[in-house]
Amino acid sequence: MPVADLLPELVLLVGATGIIVLASFLPHRLHGLCALVAAAVLVASSGFVLQRWDSPDQLAFSGVWALDGGARFAKLLIFGSALVVAVLSFRWMAADRRHGEYYGILLFAAIGAVMMAAAADTMELIVGVLLSSVTGYALVGYHRQWSPAQEAAMKYFLVGALANALLVVGIVLLFGLTGATGYTELAATLAANSDPWVIIPAFVLVLLGLGFKLGATPVHMWMPDAAQAAPAPVAALVTIITKVGAALALARFTMLMPDTLAWQWAVALLAGVTMTWGNLAALGQTNLRRMLGWSAVSQTGYALMAIVVIGTVDRALAALLVFLAGYAVANLAVFSAVVYLRGRTDLEDYRGLARQRPWTAGVIILSLLSFLGLPPLVGFFGKLLLFTAAIEGGYTWLAVVAVINTVVSLFYYLRVIATLMFTQSEQNAADLGWPAAAAMLVTGLAVLVLGLGANGLIGLAQSGALVMLR
Amino acid sequence: MILTAALAVPLVGSLALALWPGWSRSAARIWAVVVALVPLGLMAVAWGRFDTQGALFQLVEEAEWVPSLGMGFRLGVDGIALAIAAMTALVFFGAAAYPVDTRGSARQYYAWLLFLEAASLGVFLALDLLLFYVFFDLTLVAMYFLIGRWGHGEPQQAALKFFLYTLLGSLFLLLAILGLYLSADPLTFDMRELISQQPLAGSGTMAGVVMAAFLLGFAIKTPLAPFHTWLPRAHVDAPAPASAILAGVLLKMGTYGMIRIPYSMMTETFVVWALPLAILALVSILYGALVALGQKDLKRRIAYTSINHMGYAVLGIAAAGALFSGSEAARSMALIGATVEMVAHGLITGALFLIAGSFWQRGETYALAEYGGLSARTPKLASLTTLAAFASLGLPGLAGFVAEFHIFVGTFGVYPWLAAIGLTGILITAALFLRMLQSLFFGPLPDRWKDLPDLSVSEFSVLGLLLLLVVVIGVYPGPLLEIIGTSTGWMVGAG
Repeated sequence: MPVADLLPELVLLVGATGIIVLASFLPHRLHGLCALVAAAVLVASSGFVLQRWDSPDQLAFSGVWALDGGARFAKLLIFGSALVVAVLSFRWMAADRRHGEYYGILLFAAIGAVMMAAAADTMELIVGVLLSSVTGYALVGYHRQWSPAQEAAMKYFLVGALANALLVVGIVLLFGLTGATGYTELAATLAANSDPWVIIPAFVLVLLGLGFKLGATPVHMWMPDAAQAAPAPVAALVTIITKVGAALALARFTMLMPDTLAWQWAVALLAGVTMTWGNLAALGQTNLRRMLGWSAVSQTGYALMAIVVIGTVDRALAALLVFLAGYAVANLAVFSAVVYLRGRTDLEDYRGLARQRPWTAGVIILSLLSFLGLPPLVGFFGKLLLFTAAIEGGYTWLAVVAVINTVVSLFYYLRVIATLMFTQSEQNAADLGWPAAAAMLVTGLAVLVLGLGANGLIGLAQSGALVMLR
Repeated sequence: MILTAALAVPLVGSLALALWPGWSRSAARIWAVVVALVPLGLMAVAWGRFDTQGALFQLVEEAEWVPSLGMGFRLGVDGIALAIAAMTALVFFGAAAYPVDTRGSARQYYAWLLFLEAASLGVFLALDLLLFYVFFDLTLVAMYFLIGRWGHGEPQQAALKFFLYTLLGSLFLLLAILGLYLSADPLTFDMRELISQQPLAGSGTMAGVVMAAFLLGFAIKTPLAPFHTWLPRAHVDAPAPASAILAGVLLKMGTYGMIRIPYSMMTETFVVWALPLAILALVSILYGALVALGQKDLKRRIAYTSINHMGYAVLGIAAAGALFSGSEAARSMALIGATVEMVAHGLITGALFLIAGSFWQRGETYALAEYGGLSARTPKLASLTTLAAFASLGLPGLAGFVAEFHIFVGTFGVYPWLAAIGLTGILITAALFLRMLQSLFFGPLPDRWKDLPDLSVSEFSVLGLLLLLVVVIGVYPGPLLEIIGTSTGWMVGAG
């Protein structure tokens, strides 16, 4: 068994378990060490991914585990995001009695997301989704004394229980039809025997199940609550890594569908509805974090555009990966700023920030403009590639819907920017110190640098493909 | 390296202001003026090096940026771009030098101004479609902050409306750019390549859709009549130098874009769309003039005359693109006229908005009825305003006349009826400017303006510089026409 293929995940697993053991022995004041371990493990895992960057695309472990460019790119994104989140959590969680274990759960969440991204077997996919969900519930409700956090976790759990059940039913239907769980076998059998009465319900159920992780309408309800009430570093984590993992999982899963099935329309519709719903709901928010949650929903809608054309347009995968990378960096930057400001949520509390803390305000503005897709920030290149892929694949109408949504989204992004820039206020609250400040400046700079150096990012994304299943 | 330097110097100047907090008010202003002088000098050098017998695009500078998408950092000028870029550099120099109340944040104000200058010059100098778009969008951000933070009235509302509306236009522009890009083979954003390929020629519906998206995007920016509603608010509430830049430079991006992209890269489709575009331009000419006539507010009146004047420019462009071949002389005239109109309007309206700003700084109101009898009290202000107003209404011997003469002579060769109707626009503008002058400078002098100060030295020299050029172009248009003519010759198919 080629254990080396699994090295990044194994390191994470050992690290996560080790942290939990460590946390039960260490005195509370030394729990910060766990953060160090987590960071080291994440760096090491990323190193292992990079080390095997040029190895050929293949399926490992009897065809259940995909080792391809898409998965490697997703792993880097997930590990990188988790690393930033670990840095952000260092002071945020310091007073929490269970500070140490937190990093263990964080690493398990990362493993879950990676499993979604790399699963080439329906059972593997279920395990990934469940691992990601279970850790997600715990992380969102980590401040268990605080009722909004409880509410968010409960909502996340209830929606998640339903969506995961639907996912399992869909996968069972496919199993019943084909007797297979491996993607290679599934693809071959489905192409030969495409009974639409089974495939369509199964596809819709899986779409809903993965849509929950993506934060797609109609199973998106947990996203704004989690963004608002989860610990701010966790809010960044769950909006990014589950989305990255689930997007790759969905992209991979759609490749199983037989050509006779017009599944693209279902995803296109989901994309259009999700981006519109998220944007319209974000318009009225007076709470910055909740608004970011709704904006995360709408960003899912944009990401789905790439999945619509994933089988027909060569660069669709690159578009998806670049967009996810852009989203991840900008989201980390803006949540780092929120963490740095000790989780300030109400938009009113951000009045006049540009005068008191110009750098923090600058990072927030840069990230929001990147969400908007303003050149030459990294988000622009993501949207550019998405629009190109959609037009090339014949979904110009979807690109037009996305354009109109972008204009709508400008409205609420500008409300934040105007609050930061054009108002004045005397209050000046404390901040969370240098770890958060450093994370904020690094990610904020990355929004700009990855945009100016977009060629490297695009090249990296284009070098990968999803391993062909048929 | 001239063109790159023309972008880089203001950008670096802007960063220097943004990153180091220690600038005093006067130091920031002097720095901005000095930095703004550099692109102006560089444009003069570029003008000197431009070979009127040479290729269409000259002084080309190229570097890879995102080669995996076919995007590069490509700069270069033809006669049209050079003329407009030079005017841009001049208007920015004037805007930086013009005294303005920066409300305690002079450093940020001048940083945004210089950033806007870099982005604006980038739009006119870019030879790469995506680079063009990048700069096009960056101007929106800079203008948003200038209006929102240093405007008066309800600046945030005005800035929001401006950003939302023009972003809608620019996103349709992006879709159109992608449509054009995806039809090119090999995929590239290089303008020269796209002009020689004419990628969408003969592709029917697709070409129509892309053309519609381009024209919508540029019509919002220009703005043409039904798409203009963002303009009056933005103009009135913006600080005077920002208004001058908005009218003088940013509006030109719409008409310049029309010439550079749909006109040049989709010649065949443009022929079909020329007549509707010309009619839209005519509507703008008449609508802009009539609405301007009805305004009781100095700045709103000038703002609406912009719609009228940009209508002339679009009429010239439409006439020039109306035929695939034939009537080269007339079409070339029309295109030269359209370009001269852009330059002239930039200088004249730039000056008029700065004058409006001077009125605001003195009286805190734009209402025409509040003023009166100022000709004796403020002779410098009165004479320069009169000169600018006469130039704007197209008095022979001034730049506006040269532009409108070319446009109408050219258009008569292609669309005689439209030209004839369009001429009435000039009559109406004459009336509205004369009435404006009358109510500002003649009649009884209200008591509250007894001590109204005349123009200061810096105001007088900036306005004097802009208007001097208006006179020079009016009296001796030869060099400008020659440099523009080298491009239009290529572009109407006679070169």
